[in-house]
Amino acid sequence: MAKWKPLDQMTYLGKGYARLDGPGKASGAVKYTYDLKLPGMLYGALLSSPHPAATIKRIDASAALALPGVKAVLTDVHPTGTLRYAGEEVAAVAATSPEIAADALERIKVEYDVLPFVVDLETAMKPEAPRVYAEQSNVREPRVESEGDLAAAFAQAAVIVEGTYRTQVQVHACLEVHGSVAKWEGDELIVWDSTQGVYASRDGIAKFLNIEQSKVRVICDYMGGGFGSKLQAGRYSVIAARLAKATGAPVKLMLSRPQDSISAGNRPNLIAEIKAGATRAGKLIAFSAKTYGTAGIGNNARPALPLAYDVPNSRTEHYDVYTNAGAARAFRAPGCPQASFVMEQVMDELAEKLNLDPLDFRLQNDSNETRQQQWKMAAARFGWSKRAPRPNASRGVIKRGMGLGAAVWWPGGRGTQAQMTILPDGGIEVRCGTQDIGTGTRTLVAAVAAEELGVPIASIKAMIGDTEYPYSGASGGSTTAPSVAPAIKNVAEKAKDKLTEVAAQHFGAARTEVQLADGRAFVKGNAKNALSWKQLCALFGTMPLVVHGEWVEGLSSAGVAGCQFAEVEVDTETGVVTVLRMLAVQDCGLVLNRLTAESQVIGGVIQGISYALYEDRLMDPLTGVLINPTFENYKIVGALEMPKIEAIIYDQPERGVIGIGEPPTIPTAAAIANAVYHATGKRMRALPMTPDRVLAALHS
Amino acid sequence: MQDQNESPVPIHDTAESPPAEEPSSKISRRHFLKLSGGGAVGTVILTAGVHAKAAALPPDAEVFSGSVSLQLKVNGQRRSVTVEPRTTLLSALRNQLEVTGCKEVCNRGECGACTVLVNGKPVLACMMLALDAAGQEIVTVEGLVQNGKLDPVQQAFVDHDALMCGFCTPGFVMSVRALLDRNPNPTEAEVRQAVAGNLCRCGTYPRVFEAALAAAQTAGKRG
Ligand code: FES
Ligand code: FES
Repeated sequence: MAKWKPLDQMTYLGKGYARLDGPGKASGAVKYTYDLKLPGMLYGALLSSPHPAATIKRIDASAALALPGVKAVLTDVHPTGTLRYAGEEVAAVAATSPEIAADALERIKVEYDVLPFVVDLETAMKPEAPRVYAEQSNVREPRVESEGDLAAAFAQAAVIVEGTYRTQVQVHACLEVHGSVAKWEGDELIVWDSTQGVYASRDGIAKFLNIEQSKVRVICDYMGGGFGSKLQAGRYSVIAARLAKATGAPVKLMLSRPQDSISAGNRPNLIAEIKAGATRAGKLIAFSAKTYGTAGIGNNARPALPLAYDVPNSRTEHYDVYTNAGAARAFRAPGCPQASFVMEQVMDELAEKLNLDPLDFRLQNDSNETRQQQWKMAAARFGWSKRAPRPNASRGVIKRGMGLGAAVWWPGGRGTQAQMTILPDGGIEVRCGTQDIGTGTRTLVAAVAAEELGVPIASIKAMIGDTEYPYSGASGGSTTAPSVAPAIKNVAEKAKDKLTEVAAQHFGAARTEVQLADGRAFVKGNAKNALSWKQLCALFGTMPLVVHGEWVEGLSSAGVAGCQFAEVEVDTETGVVTVLRMLAVQDCGLVLNRLTAESQVIGGVIQGISYALYEDRLMDPLTGVLINPTFENYKIVGALEMPKIEAIIYDQPERGVIGIGEPPTIPTAAAIANAVYHATGKRMRALPMTPDRVLAALHS
Repeated sequence: MQDQNESPVPIHDTAESPPAEEPSSKISRRHFLKLSGGGAVGTVILTAGVHAKAAALPPDAEVFSGSVSLQLKVNGQRRSVTVEPRTTLLSALRNQLEVTGCKEVCNRGECGACTVLVNGKPVLACMMLALDAAGQEIVTVEGLVQNGKLDPVQQAFVDHDALMCGFCTPGFVMSVRALLDRNPNPTEAEVRQAVAGNLCRCGTYPRVFEAALAAAQTAGKRG
């Protein structure tokens, strides 16, 4: 089985180094999909439904077409003509400027048959509520899972906690909206797509256009955030391709910010009715959850309950509820931040009833060995022992508190291929059809290749983000690094073998005698008589060395643990919660780049703070439209609210590479909620913990 | 335990799949339709749901009204643009001059991604009309690079990993550059204030603070 060399023999991996594309990003030199301008390119725009439920009766595009600069209007972009949320695509235009495209949208006349709608989860569950899908109930068949004997366990429990917890809908709010540039070359289509999966996007576009996959090429050099919302082909890509076909020109179609907010995915909300019990000795033995969530017109709003701790007897019953709102999509650790918010507070409540320290109670119910270590290390570093033993201990108006929560994640990776080309002048190209969603994939491709070949990292040309390169999966589920790194090591090993063979021939030595190190080849014990990298590659003559590699077993694994601690201040006069500091400890096996790995953890914590205190997608029950589709009203956390954040990567190089995109965002809101309780003695059972809710809790 | 556990990449999209689009061959079965009423409109192609003007239309430029030609001074160069009165500086820079370092994120002054310097002051390019920018010194993130060398602020962003996806980065760089130009020795609180109007979804804020303070240390002043 393949193995990484020991950490102390590594030049790059395990250490921190700047990303290769940092200068391009910091200087504006790199082009995102949104930045592209092809010769003759037109600007596409989508007309959105103003109604949350309606059928399209008639569309009159003549006034739009009459506008100078308008090149095409598509009036059949909706697959069925039955609109199920305000914001769904109704028609599309292509024009010579974005301004003209916007004018054209205003001139499209649409006649609708307006239908009754429901946008609120609880209203949608009522039997008399309008149906989102005529043929089925809004409340879907429950998904039930159970383990052990719950009734017996509750009978045995010394303490029981019961409560209802709620979380909100969170939108991805990628800074680069979803969108594509489409260009036809004969019957072949090139799509530059802001995507987390060039192959997934290609396959979807081919399917929806009903053309062969080989006729579609998808390119994503750089993308401005995805967080799970850009894992599949979007309707906008297909519409851009159709507009390009209709006009004979390349078309760029990016969603508007409000369209992105309503139709490009979200994290579903949750209502969770919980009952949990523990023994006098402090063992969690019973957990039951009845949960409801809405993925809008889509499916799967299920929380990952119970989360992180050992529960021998449990039962979960989850109901997806349809509403007239945009569909949910995968969002950084789907199902987990909402589950963590519930689970960690229940754990705290049980601990309090048992008169146990929340940390001690967790240590007794957490069988993950890594996290056992992490809990202790983090508690010591954070100063958990200095925490007031009782909640609401601070005097005065401003109260302080500490809380904690556990991070988990499961998937590993596999199924990536790569190609390495070594050119006669010494140049090294690595091709892999993965993409960089901001975590630094391009740099890790170069670093792994450089590490294996013993050459400087800057000498590697890492080529990613194109379906012309060997297959790799979508960047979701924290699977990118553990899928890509082994494939790159494998292809580099194979290239190294060939290079060793060429050098052995040159020296007239046995292959086993030849060593490749520091960008040179020599016969062991005779380093003075070495071939430089350039000399070695020149031995190819004119033919480059091309090798193919793939993911292999042994270099990656699955499953990580982590924990977070929060300290907050609650202003009891205003209800404002201020996070003072956060500590996150997270393992990820072998660290490929410590600098970017820490950035990912910090970024996860920040998204968690934002989820805890600020973000909330609001639907107007009277009109059925999204009230806060822009950053003015949909608040994400900013510079002024930043606490001190410490990220500690817990090294386990012997496990190989494991992804950490998602886990660092899971327990943040939970840890903050527990800290708010510790500060005030009032339990926040709903997210986000906005001042009005905090005040209401304080005065309850 | 959980769906995403079974499949590492959970994709729960709409219950309806995206549209089974018209096969593109339909477009070749086009027939032509003359629309009346719109004087500027010529021949229009109509198929099921597809309305496109035929290539034989007179060029649009001739019927374009209300547009003005003007010069913008961008990164030390005079560049000509033809804009409508409502065209923003951001749109002119990005869509006409292909100066795309300034990013379009919200297009309404909420995110800071489009920050450029106008006469040395940080300005949201989406909130300024191109017309109003005529004759002023506009510097974008591209313009900070001198002879192929990154500005110390840009270099500090790279060294401190104050960027992830990088879409917000040019805006942050410009806000920090403008701060250091007026205050070469800021405190962290002043850095936070200076970038308070810049949003980052990937969560680079603490790194941005580090980078800004480091840039102030090494070379607060430019050149
Ligand atoms: S694009 Fe100008 S502030 Fe957001
Ligand atoms: S780095 Fe992605 S938005 Fe800031």
